[in-house]
Amino acid sequence: MEQNHTKRQIKVTRNSLFEQGYLDEQFTQLEDLQDDANPNFVEEIVTSFFSDSTRLIRNVETALENYPLDFCKLDDYMHQFMGSSSSIGAKKVRNECTQFQEYCKARNDDGCIRAFQRVKQEHATLKRKLEAYFQVSL
Amino acid sequence: MNLGGGQVVNKQPMMPSSSGGSWKSSAAAAGGDSGVSDQFPAGLRVLVVDDDSTCLMILEKMLRHCKYEVTKCNRAEVALSYLRENKNGFDVVISDVHMPDMDGFKLLEHIGLEMDLPVIMMSADDSKSVVMKGVTHGACDYLIKPVRIEALRNIWQHVVRKRKHEWKDFDQSASADEQKQPEEPDYSSSANEGHNWKNTKRRKDEDDEADERDESSSLKKPRVVWSVELHQQFVAAVNQLGIDKAVPKKILELMNVPGLTRENVASHLQKYRLYLRRLSGSQHPGGMNTGFMGGPDPGFGSMSSLNGLDLQALAASGQLGQLPPQSLATLQAAALGRSTNLKSTISVPVIDQRNIFSFENPKSRYPEVQSQHLTNNNSSKQINLLPGIPTNMEPKQFVSMHQSGQHSLGNMNNLVLMQMGGQSQSQSQSQAQLNTNVHNGLRQPVMSNEMLTRGGVVDMAPTVYNPVVSVSQASSLVNFSMGHKTDSSRSSYSLRGNLGIPNLPNTSSALQGDRNLDTKVSRKGTVPSYDIFNDLNQNRDWGLPDVGLTFDQNQHTIQTGLDASNPLLLQHNRSSGRDMGGQNRNITSGKVMLSQGFETRTHHNGSNVGQHRTTYVKTENDNDGSCHSTLYSEQYGQDDLLAAVLKHQQHQQQEGVGQPENEFVFDGYALDDLPV
Repeated sequence: MEQNHTKRQIKVTRNSLFEQGYLDEQFTQLEDLQDDANPNFVEEIVTSFFSDSTRLIRNVETALENYPLDFCKLDDYMHQFMGSSSSIGAKKVRNECTQFQEYCKARNDDGCIRAFQRVKQEHATLKRKLEAYFQVSL
Repeated sequence: MNLGGGQVVNKQPMMPSSSGGSWKSSAAAAGGDSGVSDQFPAGLRVLVVDDDSTCLMILEKMLRHCKYEVTKCNRAEVALSYLRENKNGFDVVISDVHMPDMDGFKLLEHIGLEMDLPVIMMSADDSKSVVMKGVTHGACDYLIKPVRIEALRNIWQHVVRKRKHEWKDFDQSASADEQKQPEEPDYSSSANEGHNWKNTKRRKDEDDEADERDESSSLKKPRVVWSVELHQQFVAAVNQLGIDKAVPKKILELMNVPGLTRENVASHLQKYRLYLRRLSGSQHPGGMNTGFMGGPDPGFGSMSSLNGLDLQALAASGQLGQLPPQSLATLQAAALGRSTNLKSTISVPVIDQRNIFSFENPKSRYPEVQSQHLTNNNSSKQINLLPGIPTNMEPKQFVSMHQSGQHSLGNMNNLVLMQMGGQSQSQSQSQAQLNTNVHNGLRQPVMSNEMLTRGGVVDMAPTVYNPVVSVSQASSLVNFSMGHKTDSSRSSYSLRGNLGIPNLPNTSSALQGDRNLDTKVSRKGTVPSYDIFNDLNQNRDWGLPDVGLTFDQNQHTIQTGLDASNPLLLQHNRSSGRDMGGQNRNITSGKVMLSQGFETRTHHNGSNVGQHRTTYVKTENDNDGSCHSTLYSEQYGQDDLLAAVLKHQQHQQQEGVGQPENEFVFDGYALDDLPV
C-alpha cells in the first residue's frame, strides 16, 4: 500500500514536472537509458549537470560585473548552458537561456542582466524540484 | 552486457576509454557469434568529443545502448592523439562544434585529412550558417542538441557509405589489386586503402566480424595516415608536377615513400584538391595572402599554393577558355588569400569567377573541389561548388524548375553558360535542357534562379545542409552524408567540405582541359556527391549573369546535391556496378527513396520544385530568413557544388549513364517552396 502510494506519488511528481514545463521529452530519453546496469543514471546526469551549470552561472555572474559587457563571452557561456540544459531536458532553463542570448545579440545590458536573473531562478527551481523528485523515487 | 570480447573488438590496442574495459562490452555482447550482418552495426567504434561532460555522459550512454563501442574525451587535442595513436581504432567520430581548446571544424578537417574518418558534428546551434560550415568542412552529418538516441542509431550508415565509396573508387580503378576477394568488413579498415573496401561492404554480411578483423588485418594494408611531413612531401610533389600534371602515379614516384600506394595518393590528392578549392573559393578577393603558402597550417599552406597553381594551370590549359584574365587573377587571389584567411569571407565576385572558371573546366573543378576539402581555414561556407557547373545531371529538371530566371551567377553565368553549353552537351542528353539554357544565352540557370527567388536564395545552401540536420535529428532520413561529407579522396559522394569532390584519379585528365564532363574516365566511382553538385550546378544557372546569384546557385546546387545524392546513394547501395543511370532515373521519376532512407524529393523536372519537401528541406525553410546574409557569404559553396556537380557528371559519363538528368533532381527549388 505504502509502496503503491509512493509509486503513485512519484508518478504524480514526475508528471507535474512535465506538465509544468520544467522538463521535456529529452528527460524521458534519459530515463529510457537507465537500466539495471546504471540504475541511477538519470540522477547522475542531473547531478553532473547541476555541478557544471552552477559553475557556469558563477562565471556568467562574474562576466556580468565587468563593464562594458562582453557579449561574445556571455553568448558563449549561454550557448554552453543551453546545450547542457537541453541535453537533460530542462525546458524552462533552456528557454531562459535563449532569451538571454537574444539580449546578448541585441547587446542589451539590462536585458541580459534581467534575463540572467530568470535563468538563475529557473535553474534553482528545477534543482529543488529534481532533488525532491529523486528523494522519493530513489 | 557481457564482454563477448571477440567480435567487434579490434585488434589494435584498445583506445583509452573512460569506462575502461566496460565499453567493449556493448559491442561484444551484440551479436556474439552471429555473422556480421547480425552484428553490424553493433560494435561500431565511436569516438565522442565534447567539452560538456554532461552531454558526453549522455552520448556515451546512448551510444552504448546502440551497442556501439564508445570512447569519449572532452578535448579535441586528446581526441586527435587518440586517433593518431590508433590509426584504425575508430570508425566514426562525433564532435561538438564549440569547444574551448579547438574549434570543432578544425578538428573535423584534421580528421578528414589525416585519418579520413566520417565525422559527425553536433551543436545546440542550428543556424544555417553553422550547419553549412559543417558541410563545407566535410562533416558527414550534423546533429542538433539535444541529441536523441534515434539520431545516433543510424550513424553507422556514414561508415558504410564512406567505405562503399572507397570501395567503389577502387573498384573502378584498373588496379588488379583491388580485385582481391573481399575481406571482412572491417570497420576500422583503412578507409584509405583500397584493399578493404570490399570487405567493408560485402563482407559485412558474410562473415563474422571478429574473425574477419583478424584476417583482414593481416591482409589489409595498414591505413595510411597522412602526417604533416608526409603531406608536405605530397604537396611538394604536386607543386613540382604542376596541378594539372599531378597524377597519383607521378606524385607517388616523386614522393618515393615506401609503402605508399597510388591509391593512397589518389585519395589524398582528391582531398587536397577539395581543400584547395575551398581555399580559393572562400578567399576574399582582397584577402589574398601573400604568396601561396599563407595557409593556416603548414600543410594547408601548400595547398593554397596549389590552389593558385590550379588556377593558373587551368587557365593556362585554356580550360578557362573564356574566363577573363581578371577573373583568373581574382580567383587566384582568392585562392591565395583563402589559405591565409581562416575566416575569410566569401566574396561573391570571386566565387563567380571561380565558378566560371570551374565551369569551363569540368576538370579543373576537381582540383578545386578537392582543395576545398582540404582547406582548413575555410571557415565559412566552403561550399564553393562550382557554380554553374553544368553537369548534366539534371538539366531538365533545372530547366523546368527554374524558369524564373533569376539570379545567375553573374559573370560566371555567362562564361559558364558558354562553357557549359559545350560541355554539357557531351555530358548527357538531359543536358539538352540545361544546355539550352546555358548555351543559349547565358540563360540563367533556371533552377537556381528559382531557388533563389524563392525565398531568398540563400536558402539553398542552408537548405542543403538542413536536411542533414533534420535528418540527423529525426535520424530517419537520409544522411546527408552524401552531401556533407565531401570526401574527395574517395568516394564520389564524399563531399567533404565541398560539394562534389571530383575524383582524383582523373586528375590528370581533369586538369587537362580536354576532359569533358562526360569523360569520366578515370573516375573511380565518381562520388555521387559530386554528382549532386554537378546537378546542382548544372541545373543552376551557373551561367547566370548575376554574381549575386552565385550564392543561390550554390544553394541550389547544394540542394541538388542532396537530391542528387539520392541517386548516388541509391547507387551506392547497389553493391554491384551501380547503375547510375538507373538510379538517377529513379530519382527523377519521382520520389526516390534513397536506400539510406533519404527521402528524395520528387525530383522532377521542374515541377517539383515545390515538391520536394523532404524533412530536411523543411528545416531549412525555417531558417530561411536568417540565412540570407550568411548564404551569400557562402558563395564559395557554390564552387564546391559545382565541382561536385561536375564530378557527378563526369561520373555519370563514366558510368555510361547517359544522362544523369534526372538524377539530381533539382531539389534546390523545392527548398524554397518548402513550407516552413
